[in-house]
Amino acid sequence: MKFAVIVFPGSNCDRDMLYAITDALQEEAHFVWHSESDLSSYDAILLPGGFSYGDYLRSGAMSSTSPVMKAVKAEVGKGKPVLGVCNGFQILLEAGLLPGAMLPNENLSFICRNIPLRVERQDTMFTSAFDEKEAITLPIAHGDGNYFCDDATYQSLVDNNQIVFTYPSNPNGSVHDIAGICNEQGNVLGMMPHPERAVEALLGSTDGLKIFQSILTNWREAHVLNT
Amino acid sequence: MYKVKVYVTLKEGVLDPQGKAIQQSLSSLSYQEVEEVRVGKYIELFVEPHEQLEERINKMCDELLANPVIEEYQYEIEEAVR
Repeated sequence: MKFAVIVFPGSNCDRDMLYAITDALQEEAHFVWHSESDLSSYDAILLPGGFSYGDYLRSGAMSSTSPVMKAVKAEVGKGKPVLGVCNGFQILLEAGLLPGAMLPNENLSFICRNIPLRVERQDTMFTSAFDEKEAITLPIAHGDGNYFCDDATYQSLVDNNQIVFTYPSNPNGSVHDIAGICNEQGNVLGMMPHPERAVEALLGSTDGLKIFQSILTNWREAHVLNT
Repeated sequence: MYKVKVYVTLKEGVLDPQGKAIQQSLSSLSYQEVEEVRVGKYIELFVEPHEQLEERINKMCDELLANPVIEEYQYEIEEAVR
């Protein structure tokens, strides 16, 4: 399986993301610079964390206008898996690929630590390797992770079953403890916690690896086994 | 040439942790009369004359300068000599 890791000016988790795919998952991954406009040769797209464009204007706002985001939208339309982590999630929100917006953390602090998470949906292409309502641990590292949406949007997230991860102990003030959401079609996932930093026991958790394993397993079932 | 002054503010109902911290700091400086602080952004655009100036500024605000999920905007247009 071939993964694209999109690199924006100021991305800083791109190498961790590439490493998670090539070394931990043992699949193919390439860096793709944000000025590229064609992603059709990739099977999945990963938007890494970082501080693209120095978080100018709003986190993710500048990057959402990059040429590569048009290509990302095109691949989303084809049903390919797209995962945005941390700044990647912020970019997906700013690009309108996921509903809602990010605000500064409620306590105004940059929070960098392992936190408990609950897997709310186990039936997505990103989370099928988890158990139902599994309790996991992943690192967070963000200043603007306070997810916000209005009541009507929250109701549509609930109605369409789009809430994928929640915080049992809310670290940043996110509405309804939301840590990760997917789009209605289920092929775009945005999450603030960093799965790519939790792919080896040496790093304290392998819970993040299950996300990449889920993507791989579902891709194989959809493509390889049918050909 | 026009100077466009764009004011981007948080929508009512959106919590402003920064504003709250500033209100507390003002309070500790003995300005207890300040009940609430809301922080926004001020952006200046210097724009060539354009037939659909206002329409295009609205679009700029909707597409990039403000995030309609959490923010609203207003602007003033004035003549500018550069």
